[in-house]
Amino acid sequence: MTGAQAVPGALLTGAAGWLFVIFAVLALGMAIAVVVARNPIHSALFLLSSFLLVACIFILQQAEFVGAVQILVYAGGIMVLFLFVIMLVHQRGVRERLTFQHQWDVALLFVLAFLLPFLYVLWTERFPDLPQNLDAFRTVRGKIAGNTQAVAWVLYRDYLLPFEVASVFLLVAMIGAVVLGKRSAEKVD
Amino acid sequence: MSDYLPILVFALLAAALPLATILIARALQSRKPNPAKLEPYECGIEATTFALDTRFSVRYFLIAVLFVVFDVETIFLFPWAVMFNRLGLFGLIEMLIFLTILVIGYFYVWKRKALDWA
Repeated sequence: MTGAQAVPGALLTGAAGWLFVIFAVLALGMAIAVVVARNPIHSALFLLSSFLLVACIFILQQAEFVGAVQILVYAGGIMVLFLFVIMLVHQRGVRERLTFQHQWDVALLFVLAFLLPFLYVLWTERFPDLPQNLDAFRTVRGKIAGNTQAVAWVLYRDYLLPFEVASVFLLVAMIGAVVLGKRSAEKVD
Repeated sequence: MSDYLPILVFALLAAALPLATILIARALQSRKPNPAKLEPYECGIEATTFALDTRFSVRYFLIAVLFVVFDVETIFLFPWAVMFNRLGLFGLIEMLIFLTILVIGYFYVWKRKALDWA
């Protein structure tokens, strides 16, 4: 990988660049399919493929840990929550009607709002110096180790308190789920 | 990056195999549609309700949320395990604090009998 590359995303040259294009186009196609699909279960499947393709893009960017998190938490955990919403809410009548396609105007507004910062970066070419930062996310004490190691080194030393607070968040989620779910389960029985 | 080449080849092969079976089956099959072929196979009776007409117990949701919580917990365990040797005793103690807080929650769930199904 030569440092003289002036194109945006100099990280991804050659075969990796083509792979990025393939993954990105597929991920976007899947994302569109999520919105357009009539059956919520099909939407969920398209969302799952979109998550997996985004994980591939993370791995292409040498952010392996984020890629693994994407698969484990998004394709694993978040997907379960989506499926549960479908399972608990989805009724026969919903299948025939177009349920999720009447918010085009609002959705378009949000898309434009999110698109603007990206366009700004593209326009002003304020890209980070990628060739120099290539190993920034896999370096531990000046030595190249791996993305997961680098994340661990920062997370468990510099961000000790946020890490411990995260467990309190998880505890709150757990207790909240029990308080809400257990009471309504008792009511039903 | 080239370390991932075998994984890519593996993924492509894994995708090609079921695709090939479906396509070959479609190419070779003789198609004679028949309403009897769409009926439930031998045992069982015709379904009278749509699968999603019945309501599900909220307990399933409880299990799902607990799964997500512990799923996120493993995400924190993984990088810690990879760097365990270099984080040393300091890392061990902070992970023990992290896990203790979560185990408190686990015991709460257990004591509230949220995991009991009956």
